[in-house]
Amino acid sequence: MSDQGSYYQRDRSWHPAALTPQYKTSVLRSPQYPLLSLDNTISEMTGPRFGHDRIGPLDNDLIRNFAKTGDPIGQRIIVYGRVLDENARPVPGALVEFWQANAGGRYRHKKETYLAAIDPNFGGCGRTITDEEGRYWFRTIKPGAYPWPNGVNDWRPAHIHFSLFGHAFAQRLITQMYFEGDPMIWQCPIVSTIPDKAAIDQLTAVLDRNATLPMDALAYKFDIVLRGRRSTMFENRMEGN
Amino acid sequence: MFQKLTTLKESPSQTAGPYVHIGATPNWVEITGVWKEDLGLVIVAPETKGERIIVKGRIFDGSGNPIRDALVEIWQADAAGLYNSPEETRGQADPTFAGWGRQPTDAVTGEYRFETIKPGRVPYRDGRPMAPHITFWIVARGINIGLHTRMHFGDEEPANAECPVLARIEHRFRVPTLIAQRSEENGMPTYTFDIHLQGEKETVFFDI
Repeated sequence: MSDQGSYYQRDRSWHPAALTPQYKTSVLRSPQYPLLSLDNTISEMTGPRFGHDRIGPLDNDLIRNFAKTGDPIGQRIIVYGRVLDENARPVPGALVEFWQANAGGRYRHKKETYLAAIDPNFGGCGRTITDEEGRYWFRTIKPGAYPWPNGVNDWRPAHIHFSLFGHAFAQRLITQMYFEGDPMIWQCPIVSTIPDKAAIDQLTAVLDRNATLPMDALAYKFDIVLRGRRSTMFENRMEGN
Repeated sequence: MFQKLTTLKESPSQTAGPYVHIGATPNWVEITGVWKEDLGLVIVAPETKGERIIVKGRIFDGSGNPIRDALVEIWQADAAGLYNSPEETRGQADPTFAGWGRQPTDAVTGEYRFETIKPGRVPYRDGRPMAPHITFWIVARGINIGLHTRMHFGDEEPANAECPVLARIEHRFRVPTLIAQRSEENGMPTYTFDIHLQGEKETVFFDI
């Protein structure tokens, strides 16, 4: 196999380090040896692909996909955006999974003990697959902030978790989306594991009034970037160009 | 001044958190009725070619305790060494074998468990065969960016000895951290692959 098409090495200074003592759980869960750097092999340049037939019609509608007696409480929002690679090309056919707390900041999980109420009509999970232009969208309610045991008074900003599969296992990524203007972002020990403010801004969705549904739902735009592929300029086969 | 590159930065990772199961395996945490079956639970079909095996193990933190809230994904070739992926250019993989699996670690014991098949060999970048291996990707609360490693097979000594990836490990005493030993459980060949995040037995993790 030629050099063509391997994925750009991750910029580890843009991502959080493994060891970030302000986020206490990372202390015992962070490898201490350096990672072994290797250029991609076929094992990383391939990856599972998920067909649209795997996705149900309500999978991207968190307002309706768990509802029992009515709609969940909370501010109705639409989250939309594109999945791109580092070359700014769309990534079609990407499985995007998302999960979140309810409007009160409570997760539907047996290990969650926060006193905010469970919403009987909100499950908190969804998924979709990007279209030919890398676009995705889903409907949900805006999650609440919530306290968590780290420092005695640490709170997570409102956020939605995202899991992404691109075309190669090398692109596998889990991250979180924050909301523009939330003052809790800058007080969070998990957000601050990211060293660069510009990188935090990259995880902060922007309110898009043009995409709101009048009298119905606000809209937030959140683009996600996965690793891009190298192309070799002086090869006949301009893969990816 | 100078021109600017038009490339984008990869979105930075954030921890999967303690409730990753809500998104990845909702039925497993009793969020039922949203979709019928969690993705990645079943990898093999009755007609899949290859030797049936169990791959199991635990993930230990720096205090030696197993992590009970992790999510483990595997990605592997079929019995002929081909990946079930549109990016596979060398041939058509066994269509009955997904090659990708996803399991939570058990909430009490911390054990993960996959029913899969033993993969064939896959070539390295220069064409030399790599030893049979399964790619692992691990996320959990406290892990800021997914950890990538490979499981090798203890009964593949000659292949492991000539594997160009294992050869890249400078500190040779660490090579065994990637090799799962074979045993038999209820008549099934079983490979135990324990992962250590820290300590003397810290698993080799890759930036790949």
